[in-house]
Amino acid sequence: MRKIGVMALAATLLAGTFGITPLKAEQGKPGGTLVMGTTQKARHLNPAVQSGIATAVPGTQIFATPLRIDENWQPQPYLAESWNVSQDGRSITLNLRKNARFHDGEPITSEDVKFSIETVKTNHPFKSMFEPVENVDTSDPHIAIITFSKSHPAALLAMSSALLPIIPKHVYGDGQDLKSHPMNNAPVGSGPFKFKEFKPGEYIILEKNSDYFLEGRPYLDKIIIKNYKDTTSLALATDKGEVTMFPFLSSTKDIRRLKKNDDLVVTSKGYEAVGPMNWLAFNTNNEILKNEKVRQAIAYGFDRNFITNALHGGQSTAATGPVAPGSPFYAADVEKFELDIEKANKLLDEAGYKPGEDGMRFKLKLDYIPGAAEMQKSVAEYLKPQLKKIGVDVELRASPDFPTWAKRVGGHDFDMSLDIVFNWGDPVIGVHRTYSCENIRKGVIWSNTQSYCNGKVDGLLKLAAEEQDTDKRIALYQEAQEIIVSEAPLAFINTLPYHTAYSKKLGNPPLTVWGAMSPLDEVYFK
Amino acid sequence: MSILLVIFRRLVHAFLLILAVLVLNFLLIHIAPGDPAEVIAGEMGGATEEMLAQIRTAYGLDQPVIVQLGTYLGKALQGDLGQSFFYNAPVLELVSGRIGATILLVMTALLFAIFVGTLLGVIASHKPKGIVSGLVTLVSVIGYSAPIFWTGMMLVILFAWSIPIFPISGMYDITKGDDLWTRALDILHHLVLPALTLGIVYLAQYARLSRASMLEILGSDYIRTARAKGASEISVYGRHALRNAILPVVTIAGLQFGSVVSGAVLVETVFSWPGLGTLAFDSILARDYPTVLGILFFSSLLVIVANLLTDLVYRLVDPRIRMEG
Repeated sequence: MRKIGVMALAATLLAGTFGITPLKAEQGKPGGTLVMGTTQKARHLNPAVQSGIATAVPGTQIFATPLRIDENWQPQPYLAESWNVSQDGRSITLNLRKNARFHDGEPITSEDVKFSIETVKTNHPFKSMFEPVENVDTSDPHIAIITFSKSHPAALLAMSSALLPIIPKHVYGDGQDLKSHPMNNAPVGSGPFKFKEFKPGEYIILEKNSDYFLEGRPYLDKIIIKNYKDTTSLALATDKGEVTMFPFLSSTKDIRRLKKNDDLVVTSKGYEAVGPMNWLAFNTNNEILKNEKVRQAIAYGFDRNFITNALHGGQSTAATGPVAPGSPFYAADVEKFELDIEKANKLLDEAGYKPGEDGMRFKLKLDYIPGAAEMQKSVAEYLKPQLKKIGVDVELRASPDFPTWAKRVGGHDFDMSLDIVFNWGDPVIGVHRTYSCENIRKGVIWSNTQSYCNGKVDGLLKLAAEEQDTDKRIALYQEAQEIIVSEAPLAFINTLPYHTAYSKKLGNPPLTVWGAMSPLDEVYFK
Repeated sequence: MSILLVIFRRLVHAFLLILAVLVLNFLLIHIAPGDPAEVIAGEMGGATEEMLAQIRTAYGLDQPVIVQLGTYLGKALQGDLGQSFFYNAPVLELVSGRIGATILLVMTALLFAIFVGTLLGVIASHKPKGIVSGLVTLVSVIGYSAPIFWTGMMLVILFAWSIPIFPISGMYDITKGDDLWTRALDILHHLVLPALTLGIVYLAQYARLSRASMLEILGSDYIRTARAKGASEISVYGRHALRNAILPVVTIAGLQFGSVVSGAVLVETVFSWPGLGTLAFDSILARDYPTVLGILFFSSLLVIVANLLTDLVYRLVDPRIRMEG
């Protein structure tokens, strides 16, 4: 899988014109209502100014993007029927479909593409996606020419899924603040489904867009996204058949339970681009943890296999480095930090922390995100007695709720913390932020809260961000990952066992690298 | 005192009380650690400092707390409860969309508890040492002692698998038709378990209360007189005894309205009932100050109105109060 992904990515990222590969979906039959269950509550439905699964799932149905990415990480035509990357990689030309219209009947032009890029650049939390954009030429209404200040290979991926929804300028360009625009709650897009109703925290109803630019699609008449209070009740509803699709299922007991249901398919495919990582972060400003040997010792001091097999019932996968295993940029050849108590003790001795009379060398606090028990709390509860074996006295510090945890970790007021962070497709989008020196920003959660800074890593990440040749890019990321893993600003634990449970009655389920965060225009009831 | 004057005085009290509730809650929620901008950033998968600053400025969170309080009260007095930080919508719209569900749940639970509880109490008082009375006492003790969320979860387990006849989550099924009758029946169907869970605690109390009250009254002279003049047992219980015995139930029901509303928060959370309770729960976790304050404003309003109504009902039931009043 990885090899195919790399080859496909290499083929598509090289300069040239693309857009002829058709999607290989089965022909479906029209009709039916898809009920999707979620525990994530959407703040609003405009992904141009809001990241996260809750907005992305409905957002990708309502808004079309210039490109879509298939299961082999290969860009495919969507709103752009073809595209061209210049030789120097500093410009991308999008040839827009002439028949594409917004849900209010207005045609989609290059002006809308420009407006959308500017909106995302200003308002989206992932600044790195379109930061290098210098200009968008709109002289032809059906051709958008995007020029960058430097080569920016991550741009193609950043034009897919929920990352660059093309929003209508005539609706959102009225001068109101985009983040709180009233039409974010009743969005107008050009995707396969039109907005019908949104009850915050309860449900979202989307209806078939019969004027969709891809002929004959979508097949479904309606999509209902229903909120459930927790995964247990959602799993129950899925088991009983009330819910047709349950994406982003990560509770291992629910995965095991739903796998027993003969009417359902439960698969881990479709989360390769999300790259959800579970790790143990070290505050390298801490007097004890600033010593690399201490961090390495802790990384050697626990057993990832115990976590994935015993705590997660064999449903999660051990993580070895900054990039998740499903990505073409994953580096398998790094130090694995397999459990080695002897080595851990030796490293701690070398670091100058001899055990005291009680066998303890020092005490550290361990935070974890509340509400994600299997990935966080139970791992923390395992680490406490486990790290005692190497003389590390761990004090668990629970947070009553997410804001409290975010305040502590974002404010660098922690020793060690378990954390869940997504790769978001290209390393430029979701990986650099954790390691680059310039992203040490106190008060900002999911920045470089470890305060890790290595000039060489920074240099490699910058080169990789601009490198057009995919093989060279992979090599640069390999080198950066080797250094990061060995210096252990984080101890990598596992990737989240995200699964999709869906009814066997469904054809063409969303199993591309973006999973349910991609248009469900091919999904149908058999 | 005329009824209008009573209402007027109550309204003045209510206004001051609501103001105090708002100020106190405003200060309390600001003491809690955590920052709404960070929650919004958390939902977004991260943010830059500029973006956090933008969010704080947009919602006035960069101002000192006392300035924020002043602005809030000023707007609230003009009927503007502000914009939810978390949901991109006015608080008034969010709260008014949910308050109906909470009133429906609370009133159903309360009426169920009052009627069934009183009925059980009366039945139990007929033969205070009989089996029925013992059963009522036993059920009351269990109902009263069990935590409301536990009762709810037990019912969920029971009705999810063993007897799947009632839905265990939500208020209606959006996949079913949305014509009035289908929807109304569907809501009633969904209402059974949450209302039962919320009502059972109070039912137990009212059963105990009306049983004790009936026993006391049945032993009084005027009941003996009624029986002596040949009144039927139904008339003795219904016309003579119950009218007096129900007074403590009415008093307690009015006083308890507040606690029923707070019980609803738990029940709504267990059954995903889309009322103020679930909204409150989510808003507290999201540090969505305007929404939490909006909910507290409306729930205090509900309690005040309920107490006022209790007073009026009391006057109808007990003529002595009308005379003295």
